Amino acid sequence: MRLSDVALQVIWNRLISVVEEQAQALVRTAFSTSVREAGDLSAGVYDAEGRMLAQAVTGTPGHVNAMADAVAHFMREIGVETMAEGDVYVTNDPWLGTGHLHDITMVTPSFLDGRLVGYFACTAHIVDIGGRGFGADAASVFEEGLRLPIMRFAARGVVDRTLLTIVRANVREPDQLVGDMHALATCNEIGHRRLVETMREFGLADLTKVSDFILTASRQATLERIAALPRQSATGEMTVDGFDRPITLRATVSVEDGRIVTDFAGTSPVDAKGINCPLVYTKAYACYALKVAIAPDIPNNHASLSPFEVLAPEGTIVNAVHPAPVALRHIVGHFVPDTVFAAFDQIVPGLVPAEGAGCLCNFQVSLRPTGPGGRRAEVLTFNSGGSGARPSADGLNATAFPSGVMTMPVEATEHAGPVVIWRKELRAGSGGVGAHRGGLGQHMEVGALPGHEFDIQAMLDRRDHPARGRQGGGDGAPTKIARSDGAAMGVKGKQFVPEAARVVMAFPGGGGYGDPAQRDRALVHRDLARGYIDALQAREVYGLSADDVEAVLAAAKRGEAG
Amino acid sequence: MAATRARLGVDIGGTFTDVVLETAEGVRHSTKVLTTYAAPENAIVEGMARVCAAAGMAPSALGQVIHGTTLATNALIERRGARTALVTTEGFRDVIEMRTESRFEQYDLNLTLPEPLLPRQMRFTVAERVTADGSVAIPLDRREVEALADRLAEAQVESVAVGLLHSYIAPAHERLVREVLAERLPDVSVSISSEVSPQMREYERFNTTIANAYIKPLMASYLGRLEQRLADEGCTADVFLMHSGGGIMSVADAAAYPVRLVESGPAGGAVFAAHVAARHGLDRVLSFDMGGTTAKICLIRDGAPKTARVFEVARSYRFKKGSGMPISIPVIDMVEIGAGGGSLASVDAMGRIQVGPESAGSEPGPACYGRGGERPAVTDADLMLGKLDPANFAGGSILLHPERSAAALHAQVGERLGMDTEAAAYGVAEVVDETMANAARVHAVENGEDLSGYTMIAFGGAAPLHAGRLAQKLGISRVLVPPGAGVGSAIGFLRAPFSFEATRSVYMRMNAFDPGAAKALLAELTEEATGFVRSCDATADVGAEVKLFMRYVGQGWEIPVALPPELVAAPDAGAILALFEADYARLFSRIVEGLDVEVTVWAVNAATAPEPVERVDQPPAAAGRVEGKARTLFDAGLGQAADAREVARDAMAPGAQVSGPAAVVEAETTVIVPAGYDVLCQPDGCLDLVVAHEAKEDAA
Repeated sequence: MRLSDVALQVIWNRLISVVEEQAQALVRTAFSTSVREAGDLSAGVYDAEGRMLAQAVTGTPGHVNAMADAVAHFMREIGVETMAEGDVYVTNDPWLGTGHLHDITMVTPSFLDGRLVGYFACTAHIVDIGGRGFGADAASVFEEGLRLPIMRFAARGVVDRTLLTIVRANVREPDQLVGDMHALATCNEIGHRRLVETMREFGLADLTKVSDFILTASRQATLERIAALPRQSATGEMTVDGFDRPITLRATVSVEDGRIVTDFAGTSPVDAKGINCPLVYTKAYACYALKVAIAPDIPNNHASLSPFEVLAPEGTIVNAVHPAPVALRHIVGHFVPDTVFAAFDQIVPGLVPAEGAGCLCNFQVSLRPTGPGGRRAEVLTFNSGGSGARPSADGLNATAFPSGVMTMPVEATEHAGPVVIWRKELRAGSGGVGAHRGGLGQHMEVGALPGHEFDIQAMLDRRDHPARGRQGGGDGAPTKIARSDGAAMGVKGKQFVPEAARVVMAFPGGGGYGDPAQRDRALVHRDLARGYIDALQAREVYGLSADDVEAVLAAAKRGEAG
Repeated sequence: MAATRARLGVDIGGTFTDVVLETAEGVRHSTKVLTTYAAPENAIVEGMARVCAAAGMAPSALGQVIHGTTLATNALIERRGARTALVTTEGFRDVIEMRTESRFEQYDLNLTLPEPLLPRQMRFTVAERVTADGSVAIPLDRREVEALADRLAEAQVESVAVGLLHSYIAPAHERLVREVLAERLPDVSVSISSEVSPQMREYERFNTTIANAYIKPLMASYLGRLEQRLADEGCTADVFLMHSGGGIMSVADAAAYPVRLVESGPAGGAVFAAHVAARHGLDRVLSFDMGGTTAKICLIRDGAPKTARVFEVARSYRFKKGSGMPISIPVIDMVEIGAGGGSLASVDAMGRIQVGPESAGSEPGPACYGRGGERPAVTDADLMLGKLDPANFAGGSILLHPERSAAALHAQVGERLGMDTEAAAYGVAEVVDETMANAARVHAVENGEDLSGYTMIAFGGAAPLHAGRLAQKLGISRVLVPPGAGVGSAIGFLRAPFSFEATRSVYMRMNAFDPGAAKALLAELTEEATGFVRSCDATADVGAEVKLFMRYVGQGWEIPVALPPELVAAPDAGAILALFEADYARLFSRIVEGLDVEVTVWAVNAATAPEPVERVDQPPAAAGRVEGKARTLFDAGLGQAADAREVARDAMAPGAQVSGPAAVVEAETTVIVPAGYDVLCQPDGCLDLVVAHEAKEDAA
């Protein structure tokens, strides 16, 4: 009997649960909107070698590899021999952490009976880190805020007061930030306690056997998936709006023996604005794209991630080096999966979706009173366009991909400041046509309460480069943005909006998949009844007769199911 | 509510309708009848006839019928509601379809999102707008609503939900819509969000209101028929409904707010466990209910199940959070796990044993049923490990086939992992117990609780087989298995008070606290909640519990803070802040200096006083150890088969004791006592499993 295998199975499950508990604890206590509403956090457990054994599945794939690599950096910089029980280490270095200063990563060594047995790490997006604030306007990372090199947050249980004093003096919301730093440390502590309990329950002195079991099984399963793919190489390319000039992302995916290499050679150089990606963030999204396509069921850990290798020449926008500005690295990062899919679709057709909205359609408004009696406020919202149509299903309407973040309720947003969201609803006709339709984008209209004006920091894309369809599917509708008084606006950057004017936006739809003539008639009827498409599209693209169109619309009016 | 006449508890479940009669003297008779989907009242009438016959009384002698049902939940899951329309604010037609704009599963390219309850063509808008402070930015034009009424008539709607932005603070526009629709479409039922669920967050509020409107005609018709059928049978008892918050309400209120009936069955189970907890004077209890397809876990503190303000029904994807629809009403907070006796085991790409949420159901059932099931279920593993007696399963009604369990476990698990059948069975049982333990731990963390020091109360067919091991995994040293566990929910209905919780979203910062406004708001909510309870019982003492949901400004999660009566009478910012900080520190081990605190939701729960319990304080007089007969039982804690005792539950008189490993068998199920635990029969018939050395200390 190999009962020890049962115990190892149980311990693996337990570790996955431990990191979920760690993440839950953080969501409950964090101040940052993007942590609690958008799940912009990660938590992981590591063996004594610094190899990640389990990671919580949270709202963002952007931390996937970053977390896997982080602990090794801490071991090197801190020095394993100097680590002591009660220590907690911290950094927000974009190149050693998760790609921008707004993510704080904390690592805690885990000791059992005086012996270092593993590590816990967690990362969260925090409210503010000083500098110019969250935007793309900095010329270098020095302007983007306070940078904490890898250092001790607590030594033998005592928090470094000097560090906290410096942090407090450099950020806009010191209480919230220090609160979040404590929350991160507590979240590691919860993980540590649970690990110790588990090791005692199973009589383990170290994690060697557990680690071998998890990593061997994961590596083997991942290699099997890779071995099942054709040994081929293909290059895909996608151009997006960028800030002041278009950006071309180019990826060559090569399926090799025991690994898949993704090389971004040929990608545009770094931008003057803060939309550049450190390689660690590019790796995360490239890796996510391939994993979700071929190994979605294999949990993230050191062994399941390492066969996915990602390269990019230094100085490209996907491998920006210090001191390039990187605050809004998510914009380029969110386009990485569509680029990787463009290549991978040539190796394994019929698996990956058409292009989608890609980057989140976020904007931040800075409101201020025009006279006495008003109030100032900063309000950030997360929104999504449509996702790309799949080989056998429509794209998802107004749903984030590849990001997993959630939007906030309009009522909550309007409590956060004197802002009014006048419209937030699906954008009819915006899905790329096809046998499978692209997901619909959405309309949003934003203004201020009387007595206020505001600046809007737009972080949109795909105005000039809509999501492309695949296999004969049509493109999704492009982004639109304008002021209600007729003034033109850009998709990115800080722009003034006077009192009583509104910003009118339409977020992009996803690309379609396959020939629209092949679309199931019942789905065309349904789309028309629901108003996902209009009568013109129904007739001209999908070939419905005028009588059919009339009959469908009349049935919808009578409330018959569509 | 001291009962002076016999009472009937009725739980309509997915498979069985459980009926329990309790006489004024406290004697119980129970029965299970197959649920009659087309006319659920038929099963009730049949069950009532059986228990009345057993008790030797006529239905006319019943004083009360208390009823909980999954009918509301099932109507939502199966989409069998009325033709319903939504009327909402212009610009927000798609709130229920856009949800949170996220994917509930990160790693599935072919993810399908659940369809909203109403398709887009049934969602209508009117030009109007209220802002966050409740002031009107765009007034609602009555003529527009009148014109809309014609369109609703054309669409042949039977029920209308009205959900307008910020109506929880300014309901006038919603009321105007209702008024106009009542004039123009008198036969159409109207539900408005400011009454059904007056809470901030439009997606939850609108969806809850739509769900209410959607099931309202169905439930109103059912409740009318039920009263008629009962009257036809000579039963003139008052009928009350169990609601999701763990109390009971009148038929009229249930017909107006049927969404509050969702999850009323499981709520009864939690009330049942809370009553057992009160009997034994336990202040920290984990209730554990495990059946054929799911397990449910609930925390009970100081005799009251933990409650929440929002939950999810109709999860469409492996019980995954986010794959269902949110319902924001006061509810007993339960975690539902896809783990039951019928949950199927498999091996994944990494060679990991996975159990559930896919279930064998009752057809074909686990492999051991011998009805064609070829995949191993948890019941197969339990059988292989000696936890079940093949000749005495479900009272002997199903003969189990161990050789089929062995074959299924070997083919699907053992062979793939190089394990023998016993190890494979052990692996499956460990994985399902670990899955439940993990869910319980995460739930405890979410509630800032530590489960060590908790007592588990286990009920439902499969729970007694797994409770002991689950307790070991959670570091819980005591487990109670009450009698009557098979009809626990229906018994729970008989223990529930009349109650109603009124809530309101009103933001108030502590540095701008308005004691006058706070007092007035609480008085209004108390009046509203008490009114509902008074409609059930005009004379009973009605108490009101006040909870404020508070957080640091900038946080997204609130914590509930209970206000003592003196602070309700005279709200004081400093005292309320101190209560918040004490609760926050208890939950998160620290407070945050320098940040303002705000109240977001105000809640008043009015309830009649709970029935006094007969406390089981004294340990029963020792009735000696029961030896029973020898049996081999695999003990998961030891990781091997062990010589164990088998005892019939009937043979366990109060005070009788057995040492684990042991199996205490009864008609419905078997209670497994792990090695290292002793089991003692308490005076109320509860089997009390305690870690052996603690039992010795108690005795000393």
